[in-house]
Amino acid sequence: MRIVPFLISAIGTAGLIVVLNTQLPVGGSKTPRLGYFLSPQQGFWQNAEPVNASHDGNIKLAGLKGKVDVYMDDRLVPHIYAENDVDAYYTQGFLHAKYRLWQMEFQTHVAAGRLSEIVGPDRIDTDKFFRRMGMVYAAEKTMKEASKNKDIKAAIEAYAEGVNDYIKKLEPEQIPFEYKLLDYKPEAWTPEKTYLFLMFMSYDLTARGVTNDLKMTNARNYFGYEDFDQLYTNVQDSLDPILPKGTVYSPASIAVAAPTNVDSLYYGKTTNGGTAVAPVVPDKNNGSNNWAVSGSKTKSGRPILANDPHLGLNLPSLWYEVQITTPTHSTYGASFPGSPAVIIGFNDSIAWGVTNAGRDVIDYYDMKFKDTTLEQYWYNGVWNKADVKEEVIKVKGKPDVIDHVAYTAFGPVMYDASYKNESTKGKYLALKWTAHDGGQGLQTFYDLNRAKNFDDYLNAIHKWTCPGQNFVFASKTGDIAIKQQGAFVARWNRQGDFIMPGGDNQYMWQGIIPNTENPMMKNPERGFVSSANQKSTDDTYPYYLGAASDFPVYRGVIINKKLAAMSNITAADIQQMQTDNYNVFAEMARPALFKFIDESSLSAEEKKYISVLKNWNLRNDIGEQGATVFRAIWDSLETAIWKDEFDRSPLPLPWPDEPILLDIMLRDSVYYFADNANTPDKTETLQDAVVVAIQKATKACSALEKKGELAWGKFKDTRINHLLKIDPLSRLHLPIGGGVHIINATTKTHGPSWRMIVHLTDDIEAYGVYPGGQSGNPGSKYYDNFVDTWAAGKYYRILFLKKEAAARNTQMKWHLIFTNS
Amino acid sequence: MKFLSALLLTALLAFAAGLYGILPWWSFAVTSFVVALAIHQKAGKAFLAGFAGLFLLWSILAFLMDSANEHLLATKVATILPLGGSYWVLILLTGLIGGLVSGLAALTGSYLRQSPKS
Repeated sequence: MRIVPFLISAIGTAGLIVVLNTQLPVGGSKTPRLGYFLSPQQGFWQNAEPVNASHDGNIKLAGLKGKVDVYMDDRLVPHIYAENDVDAYYTQGFLHAKYRLWQMEFQTHVAAGRLSEIVGPDRIDTDKFFRRMGMVYAAEKTMKEASKNKDIKAAIEAYAEGVNDYIKKLEPEQIPFEYKLLDYKPEAWTPEKTYLFLMFMSYDLTARGVTNDLKMTNARNYFGYEDFDQLYTNVQDSLDPILPKGTVYSPASIAVAAPTNVDSLYYGKTTNGGTAVAPVVPDKNNGSNNWAVSGSKTKSGRPILANDPHLGLNLPSLWYEVQITTPTHSTYGASFPGSPAVIIGFNDSIAWGVTNAGRDVIDYYDMKFKDTTLEQYWYNGVWNKADVKEEVIKVKGKPDVIDHVAYTAFGPVMYDASYKNESTKGKYLALKWTAHDGGQGLQTFYDLNRAKNFDDYLNAIHKWTCPGQNFVFASKTGDIAIKQQGAFVARWNRQGDFIMPGGDNQYMWQGIIPNTENPMMKNPERGFVSSANQKSTDDTYPYYLGAASDFPVYRGVIINKKLAAMSNITAADIQQMQTDNYNVFAEMARPALFKFIDESSLSAEEKKYISVLKNWNLRNDIGEQGATVFRAIWDSLETAIWKDEFDRSPLPLPWPDEPILLDIMLRDSVYYFADNANTPDKTETLQDAVVVAIQKATKACSALEKKGELAWGKFKDTRINHLLKIDPLSRLHLPIGGGVHIINATTKTHGPSWRMIVHLTDDIEAYGVYPGGQSGNPGSKYYDNFVDTWAAGKYYRILFLKKEAAARNTQMKWHLIFTNS
Repeated sequence: MKFLSALLLTALLAFAAGLYGILPWWSFAVTSFVVALAIHQKAGKAFLAGFAGLFLLWSILAFLMDSANEHLLATKVATILPLGGSYWVLILLTGLIGGLVSGLAALTGSYLRQSPKS
């Protein structure tokens, strides 16, 4: 034995193994354990699914009651045929896990404030944010309440069991790619995680207020209420509400009384409120389109329903298509990996879809605590005991972080001395949110999956509380309807737009509007119903709907205009409409701009771009340069008008929305904010602001043109990010038009996350597409195979078949058989 | 002959150990070490046999999986790592990493067996 070389080489071998078995820091992130990751028998190569892989299988699952047949079609959509409902959800859980396990767990980790556990200390603030919002608290509460219904409890438990049976069968080398990349392992699924996932959707669709209310408070304090109310006006000139103007509403059953001291304490308050910008903010453009046309307007005489929910676009996709057929129902649609049942879809009698109601259901209350232990808070003239919850945040590679959150009669204290930024100093802000109030969770969708007619639909959606939605409906029997449903707070004017005093019980919510008073429309004379996140009613509705900035205006305008004009409608017409890139905002804004342009004073280059704008066909198609020029000028104009004034505020203020500026331009040409605050010796007019905007936009457009990026598609540069924002796992530079205010609402990272059209013929003629693929595995060819179809504005014809027909259908490529023995 | 048997045995045992997903990815270091003990060769040759055994095993396995996958995943991983998006470089890197660990383990085995004089 040669002792020295032996020792050197033994240490060398061990050292190399240790290095290759460690996650090494590179830049801001960490490498995988390279030896493990590259090992063909254990690492990522195992996730390189053969392109001709079979998805057949004979699977024995002890938890099943009977036999389940699953036919997988050529798009990898499972068609589940089960002998009973519980088995169907069990199988759905198994399949979600088989194709989407990592995503399901990741999303629920985010909701539970457990991101640091897998990615390290960078995300501690995000984790605190979600925990302080009371996400886990609310999920537990909803679970407790919803589980009182035995069917729901059984469905969610069977689903969890299905997920867990898949995890149990999973060989270590078969775990999804991202676990290997980040180096952790899947844990068991629980029913609570389904509720956490649903809470995440509540957050995504209703929680803009957690940031907005703070900024609005800053704005009110900065400008004073009078100016604020003018600047951030709730009047929307162009609004075409979901229920047409002139609809008659019965008086409010809850007589909402504004606090007696509202003028001094709330509207007129001038002391600095708190502000903090949250580490994660739901996208402002989270919204959607849906509509239904009655048989009177269609070629077939049967209704057609359409829905496209606009959400952040991610891979793996939020949605997973599925057909679920049992003796009680047969339903097809988009499901959430993480939850049983179909969320947006149709069955053999009806179809339904959702858009976000956008109503304000989240408020801040400014609390007074006795001391820093947060054990007692002032409310109703006495000290009340707070419930202080300890949050233990596990951090990868670091010791646990402990956070304490006090729960008051309003809800959890989101911002306090330990979680704040410089401008929240001294404030204790409790959060009140309808999502904290329990509710029946999945019950609505469970019932919609089984609904046979309008009455079933109405009963189903009346159980829905949060996030409030516009539920659109159509049935084979010819009914169409839309109803805005949720637990909506009965508010006095501007209640909750700003932080409210927490010590004074006059500021408490005074009730939830009864379901019967929520806006609803069935089989209207005009032959269609629609929603696009605009205000649901005009100002004669007897309750305050919320700040105008919560309600985009223009998509609703163009959808209603088109639907009113159409007749003899076919599914193909609706496809064209759903993917339409016409910019109705620009249609209104362009002439308003030209009102202020003096073309004779423009330079040659400016003239060139102004002429591009002039000749633009008002469509945001990928090749249109005019769309980019318009956007550049409009953005520059907003900057010219708002920036100087708003930059003077030490605290962040929200810029007034586009409709506000447009309405100002359409109404009159003199406007206070057009005056540049930085040039005190001069008074600028709107015309001056437009001149500045054109100068800036010309520079920007000229730079874009040199790079070959003036065409709208190139400029917008839509991408679908992997949930970890890793470029090679994302889809970049997608050739798709559309944008904000456009029916095809595709922006850079956001847009129609599922497009569905259901024509309620006898056999149901349905189309669908989403920007992703059925497999969550980046190594599968089914990972992103729908993306190009989606970008091109094309659809897949949906297979909705009875079992015998499915068994014969040549598009069914695989057959999975689940048995219990 | 010894070289070839050592190489093949190294690859075979590594493959067998790799079938058990609960064993660590580096368990072949132990088998390569044992092969070098059992089939005694000089240091340089032992290293080469150990290296080649794993280099071939890992790169061939990777190549086969990559071909069946039509380079979908390897291209993505070769961009993350970053290797310019080349699945070939990734396959070679895979072989190299396995080969180095195995070669060093075999070298260690060889030194353990070797007397100072021989």
